Formats: sequence, C-alpha cells, structure tokens
Amino acid sequence: MTNHWIDFKNADVILVMGANPASNHPIAMKWVMRAKEKGAKLIVVDPRFTQTASKADLFAPMRSGTDIAFLGGMIKYILDNNLYFKDYVVNYTNAPFLVNADFKGPGELNGLFSGYDEKARKYDKKTWGYQMGEDGMPKKDPTLKSPNCAFQLLKKQYSRYTLDKVSSITGTPKDKLEAVYKLYGSTGKRDKAGTELYAMGWTQHSVGTQNIRAMAIIQLLLGNIGIAGGGINALRGESNVQGSTDQGLLFHLLPGYNATPSASLKDLNAYIEKFTPKTKDPKSVNWLSNRAKYITSYLKAIYGAKATKENDFGFAWLPKIDEGQNASWLMLFDKMFKGQFEGFFAWGQNPACSGANANKTRAALGKLKWMVNVNLFDNETASFWKGPGMNPKDIQTEVFMLPCASSIEKEGSITNSSRLAQWRYKAIEPIGQSKPDAEIMNELFLKVRELYKKGGKFPEPILNLTWNYGKKINIHDVAKEINGYYLEDVYDKKATPPKLLGKKGELCASFVHLQADGTTSCGNWLFSQSYTQKEGKVINMMARRGKTDPTGLGLFPEWAWCWPVNRKVIYNRASVDMNGDPWDQKRPLLKWDAVKEDPVSKKPGVWVGDVPDGPAPPMAKDPGKYPFIMMAEGKGALYGPGLNDGPFPEHYEALECPLEESLMSKQRINPTIKIFGEKEDAFYSCDMRYPYVATTYRVTEHWQTGVMSRHTPWLLEMQPQQFVEMSRELAADKGIKGGDRVKVKSGRGEIFAVAVVTSRFKPFKIGGQTVHQVGMPWCFGWQYPNDPKAGDSANLLTPTVGDANTMIPESKAFMVNVEKA
Amino acid sequence: MGVSRRDFLKISGSTLLLGPLAAPASADAQERESKTKGAKETRTICPYCSVGCGIVVHTKDGKVVNTEGDPDHPINEGTLCPKGASIVQMVKNDTRVLKPMYRAPGADSFKEVEWDWALDTIAKKVKETRDRTFKLTSKSKVKEKQPDGTDKEVEKDFTVNRTDAIAHVGSAALDNEECYLLQKMLRSWGLVYIEHQARI
Repeated sequence: MTNHWIDFKNADVILVMGANPASNHPIAMKWVMRAKEKGAKLIVVDPRFTQTASKADLFAPMRSGTDIAFLGGMIKYILDNNLYFKDYVVNYTNAPFLVNADFKGPGELNGLFSGYDEKARKYDKKTWGYQMGEDGMPKKDPTLKSPNCAFQLLKKQYSRYTLDKVSSITGTPKDKLEAVYKLYGSTGKRDKAGTELYAMGWTQHSVGTQNIRAMAIIQLLLGNIGIAGGGINALRGESNVQGSTDQGLLFHLLPGYNATPSASLKDLNAYIEKFTPKTKDPKSVNWLSNRAKYITSYLKAIYGAKATKENDFGFAWLPKIDEGQNASWLMLFDKMFKGQFEGFFAWGQNPACSGANANKTRAALGKLKWMVNVNLFDNETASFWKGPGMNPKDIQTEVFMLPCASSIEKEGSITNSSRLAQWRYKAIEPIGQSKPDAEIMNELFLKVRELYKKGGKFPEPILNLTWNYGKKINIHDVAKEINGYYLEDVYDKKATPPKLLGKKGELCASFVHLQADGTTSCGNWLFSQSYTQKEGKVINMMARRGKTDPTGLGLFPEWAWCWPVNRKVIYNRASVDMNGDPWDQKRPLLKWDAVKEDPVSKKPGVWVGDVPDGPAPPMAKDPGKYPFIMMAEGKGALYGPGLNDGPFPEHYEALECPLEESLMSKQRINPTIKIFGEKEDAFYSCDMRYPYVATTYRVTEHWQTGVMSRHTPWLLEMQPQQFVEMSRELAADKGIKGGDRVKVKSGRGEIFAVAVVTSRFKPFKIGGQTVHQVGMPWCFGWQYPNDPKAGDSANLLTPTVGDANTMIPESKAFMVNVEKA
Repeated sequence: MGVSRRDFLKISGSTLLLGPLAAPASADAQERESKTKGAKETRTICPYCSVGCGIVVHTKDGKVVNTEGDPDHPINEGTLCPKGASIVQMVKNDTRVLKPMYRAPGADSFKEVEWDWALDTIAKKVKETRDRTFKLTSKSKVKEKQPDGTDKEVEKDFTVNRTDAIAHVGSAALDNEECYLLQKMLRSWGLVYIEHQARI
C-alpha cells in the first residue's frame, strides 16, 4: 500500500476494483464506511455484485480480465475532458519527457509495441528509451505538446479506448462507464482525493502488473499519489505477506528488495554497478543510489566478521541464478513435475490447493524423494499421497510432517498491508509437542551445520553464517539483527568536524546511517529503525502503543512502526506544491515550514506532518528535490519503459477467453507471457466444451486454502462446502436450480459444487454476444473435513499461466463448463 | 469527546460501585467478566488477513479463556471479523498436529516420530542431496562486446554455488524474524528455488 488502512477515511471517492473488502478485509471496510459517513462516494467495479458493491454509490459490472480496457477508457475520458491535475502532471510526472522517435505503439502495430521478437516472445526495448540531451538527462517539453513526449504518446495510446469499444469488450453498459469515469475523474482537483483498493482481482491475470500500472497512470494524472486519502492500495491477503516479501522469501529478491545475484556478476562491485540506478539530474534524490550500503550491510549481517573487504564481504557464498533464469512458482512446479527436484520444503503453505492447476502440483509432489511439511494442521500437501486418484503404494516420496506453534504460542512481529510492523506476544506455551517455526529452523540449521563441521561440499556459506541465537532461540536477537548494528564508531564524514552517528555495538538509528565499507550490519535496510537505540536505551519500535494523532489524519505515528522510517504515505512530498504548501489545505499531510529549525541540520526550514520522503527542501527551493525519490528520474512514471509487456498497458484477453479475436487488436493475448507445454497445461479459448468465463474468490469465513479456517469449527459451520455462483439466466439455460449439485470442469480438472443461483452475476453483452460468468471460492480441499460433499480446491481448474512480469497465475479469468451432476 | 469502549467499561465499572445508579450489566457482559476476571491479558495481532487487527488473549493457568478485539487498537477499535473472532479455536482444537509424523516411501499412513529423529534425518537428507547435486558453475548466455563494437550472445560458465535439487515454498504465515531466518538458512544451503504466497 502507498497509504494505510485508516487513511481510507480521508478520501472523497473510493474506487474498489479487483477487491472485495467487505468480505475479505471486513474491518478495513469500516474505514471505507467512515469516509462515506463524511460524504465520500464509493464506486465498485466487479464481475459480481459483491458485498462491497452492496454499499456502493455506483456499481459497474465488468467481465473478468478486461480491467485495462475499462481503465484505458478512463484515461481517455480524463484527458479528453481536461480533468487531470496539470501542475502535478507537468512537475511531478514524466509527462514532458521525450521518447525515442522510433517508438511505436499498439495502435500502429496491431496490438504490439515496437521491438517485438515473436520467436522469443520478448521485446527488444531499444526504441522505448528517452531522447537524451547533451546534459545526460532526458529531453523534456514542459508544454506537453511534442508528439514524442510521454503525455502525447499516452493520449495517442488511449484514443483507441472509446466508450463503444470499451463497453463491447468489458460488457459494462456505456452509461455506467461514463458515470464511473466522471465521478472518479472529479478527484483531479487539487483539494480532492481519490483512492483505489485492489487485491488478487488485479494481480491474478496474465496482464496483472499492467492492470495496476493503468491505475497508477490514472492516479498520477489526477494528482492522487502521495496525498492523504489517495494512493493505490493493495489489500494484501495474509497477515504477514507484506513482511514475508520484505524479508526476501522469493527467488528474485533478497531482504529489502535487493535483487538476488545472477551468474555473470563476478563480484560485489559488479552487483552494485548493475543494481544502482544512475541519474545526472541534481534534483533527483535517486534513493537507490544507496544500494551499495544496503547490500554490504546485509552481507555483514549474515556473515558477520567472516565478511571482510578482502573476501568481497562473502559475496561469492550467495547462490547465483543463471542469467535470465526464472525460478518462480509456476516454473518451480513445472520442474518438479518433470522430476527435477529431490527435496522440497512446504513450510506454512499448502501448494496442493493454493497454486494454479493443482492437479499438476499434486502429481509433481509424487516425483519428489523427500518432502518436509511444516504446519499447524495436516493438509492436502502433507497427505497428497493418499489424496484423490493417488495410490500410496506407487508413491515413493518420504514425508516429514512437523507441527508448528500458532501465532499466540510464540513472540515476534508481522507487517500488515500498511507496511506497519506490529509485535505479537506469547500468550500460552505451544500446544502438544509443536514448536515455534523459528525454533524448528534453529534446531535444523544447527544440525546441518554440525554435519558440515565434519566436511562437505562448499561448506563456507554454512560454516560462516552468523547463527548464534542460543539453543532456545531468542527472537529479539533476530529482530535486532534485521534492524542492524554499528560495527565500529560510525561518523558522518561529510560534516566538519566528522559527526558521530553511532557507537560501536549499538543498534542502528535508521538506514540513513548504513555504510558500504563494512562498518555497519543490517539484515534488511527497510526495517532499520524497527528495533533501535535512543540515548543508549534499546527500543522495540514495533511494540509501541502510543495513541496520538497530531495531524488528525489517522497516521498514529507512535503506534507500532512502519517502513520506511515510519513514513505512513509513500511519496508524500507530492502532496505539496513546488513551494512546499499542501495542495489540499483541508488535509495537509505535509507542509514546508521555512522558519522552524531543522533538529538535525540546525538550519531553518523543516517539513511538518508525516515523515517526509527525504529532508530536502521542496522542489522550487534550493537545493530542492523531486518527490518521487525511488525513481531514478525523480518523477512519477506515466510512461513506464521498465516492464516486459510495454511502456503503456494495452488490453489483451486472458489466455483462456470466450473470444476468437480480441475486439481491441489483432493481438489476442499478452504477447510476452510464457506458454507452458505439458499436456497438463492445456488451455482452451472459444471452445464449446468450456463456454463460461470463471473466476475464483474468497469468502469471509475462510482463509486462503482453508487450512486455518476449515479446521475452525465455527467457521466451517458457517461455510461448509464448495459452491459455484451463477446468474439466474445461466441457471435457467442449464436447468440448474439453487442447491443442485453440479460439476464444474475446465481443461485441467473438475470439481463438484453446490449451485448458488443469484442476481449477483448477470450475463454480459460482449461484441454483441451473450457471455456468462461464474465464480467459486477456493478454500476447500479433500483432506479436511473428510467429507466428499465439502468439495476440493477450485485451483484444480485454473490454468498454468502467469503475468508477463511477475508470473502470478491467472486465477481470475479462465474458461469452464457447468453441468448438473 | 469520544468515549472508547474501554473508557466506557471503566466509567460503567466505577458507576457500578455507586450501587443503585447503575443499570444492571447484561448476562453476556457478566459471563465475559467472570471468564476474564483475574485472567492475564496478552496482546496479539490477528493471523488471518493483512488488516493487522489487535486482539487481546485472556489466559488463566496457561489456558486461553477468552479472546476479543483490542479496544485500544487504532485500526480495529475493538471489532473483529468472524475469522479474527475465532482464533481461540486455533488452540482449542482437536485436529492440531501434536507430534512430528513420518510417512515412509510407499506407506499408506503417517506414524508418529520423535523431533530429534525427524530433524536429524532431514538434516542428513539436506546435506546428502546438496553435496551430491551442488553446482559450482553453470552456463549462462551473456552479451559480449566484439572488437567491431557489436554485441554478440555467447554461452559461458559462471560461478553459481547452488543446488538445483531442493526447492522451498512458504510462508506469509510466519513472523518477520522467521521469514528472515528462513531465507538466510535456505540461501546458506545454496537454494535458489525459494517462493511463497506472495507469488500466487
């Protein structure tokens, strides 16, 4: 989230698209309702009339997988009607930047951008770059008139997204489209705030990243990024999925979003060179120019005194991926399916139900030699070998099921969707012989290390790893390691005389103090300041419970702690004009006070309000800086040349769709998605056998694959079995009544479900044809409750295809059939 | 001035002392008070979705007697959804796995095993698999500048120091400190196939 949960109350218009907070984040809905109580308008766009929609001022139905068409139409509407916030767009975004004159868009190239290589399914991005001036900076046209400037290219791209065309693709009636565009477009005024809430309804598509990019463009055009009541807010699904991502449990990320090193980076310098963005613009903060400090401090955290300047801080001990290697979820299970893994850990996760194309995943598990499953409960992964269609005798996988303790049986922190890390305390001892996960890791690692003390292949990373948490692990020691330490007395060498920043052995004050020379350690730079020391006193910032709210905006700066450096709204310097005055005087998030003394520099001039995105003065002052500090150019990206599938979002159909041809261009599907080739990966578009669009969703009473809710009797009682929701029209066509048992089938699998026939789904008119859509929750599994009527995972139906940038599976738009069972 | 639920309880509590002026407490409130009277309060955060609601866990003699929304928490202000309100059933639950279990190749059931045996066996498997499959180098395609100034794609061996034979998934259900430890441990073994819920 750019903003935070309580901040929803500050919005004038809330757009919920790709999410359903009333069902899935019920307490967050309270803050949506608070906004409404003050007069805010709620818009819901969804294939289904959801519980959130029931509270909306305006609901627009839309066929699954057509969000970019919908949002592209909004971009056009905002530009055509001059609803954009011009001062913001000109000064804070890359709208004036001139793009290479050879760049061509989908309007000119039948749905493709320039540089497409059909064989590699990949773009050569040569023509996507900026025109560079002699000063080494992109050329700009502040009048926004040049045909090559990002603003004019944006106009050109979305000129094709007319109301008629968008309506024919999305199935949304034209009057509804116009009403949504007009209402949301009303937030382009300097004193209006519009926010967007999304979840897996946007990410689980083969165009997922571009769904979110399309909204980012709208928010930048309307000046809604960086302000109270604005932003783009991912409503994350799990209590600590923000934290687990921050801590680098992904193939491509080390903690703090440092990239995992790849093979050709022969040393730490090469790594730093590759991942440190550069700019010649003196007004750009370019925060990631600090990369060397963060990666070096990470190496010092994990290898301690063994990491020295002489041995390149142990960089060689980190495993490297091949150049261009993608080791993400779908690739991992594809490789497992092909029998290319021997060992596997499923730790706090149930992939037999959670990943797309669950039949393939379940078959893949049978090709392992050994598997370790750590969980509170037995589940479909741990017991896959006795699941439907499996003969235990034929399955040679050894399985270890290790019981872990629940969240109230241990101590530690979790990070919510607002980036807020909150400390949890232990209420009771672990149940039975279960152990906190950290204890299991500690014991396992110490045992492995004992073995390597007697020899083994390439033992250095294991023997040199800092792992000294005691036999019974003290989790506070880990939290402190993540925060980081001064390993020497560290001085600010730019000050005269050099100023002491921190004393050897103390906890770092924040990532601003981290060094690239090995004199600081920090497990995750983003979390530096989370467990710190002030005047010698150690403070667990994540455990704070202060209730002050000085701005009245609900920031609660003394309640727990959020990254980065307790900043509640990211890019908050965009909430003020070039002189540092709030655009919106009613909701000032930040204000430049030119008279008040800065407590650090002791000079007049300081930001008041939220923790600013850097202490530099506003843009118009000297030495003022641009607000978008994480972008090398310092500007919000209307034009985004970094993605794999184009610098602007373009509508493509889902891999499985009801149309023979796209109504937008000749290019039906995202041209850069990976196509998987096993027969288990089969997909079918416009196929009479699978005529209905399907999506998965969640219900209030269950959580993810249901392991932690099917085992909870109160919750299971409220939602006991798999259902499939459909329109009255489709049910009548198929002779299905509410409560009937039906079979839902895709090209990959089938499930049984109870038919729920409602008016919440309505048939869509797509290009003149009637298209039906159905939806299913994905929280059930065969293993528990052990009752055939309860059903199995809806992911048995979903396709093996991922987003072109993230490889998140497309579980929100695929094709099925529904028949009476 | 707003009165939080907690303040309200304090006020009504002190009013009760005044005797006849106080309204009688509801049966529900009385039952809760009797359950939580003298109980230890521990603060936690809900383990389900990502809103991060505060929960108070009441325990007596090491057993959970009540859980409820934390009235002081600025996000949930004492309220909880059905999932958050059910967390007591995470611990009062007949289906929790209470001992490590092992399933041998081809076996049709799990059997209970001791922790030490399970972890020793897994540690040996990690080492045996890693040592046998460890790759010091691997081939990658890279672009190289040619004498004429053009780029040419060439395939070369590079140091990679990894094993491709062990994979890992999970978990967003772990604490931050555990996630950090986990990535640290797995990468020390040389794993690169490390994924979790955030990808799906």
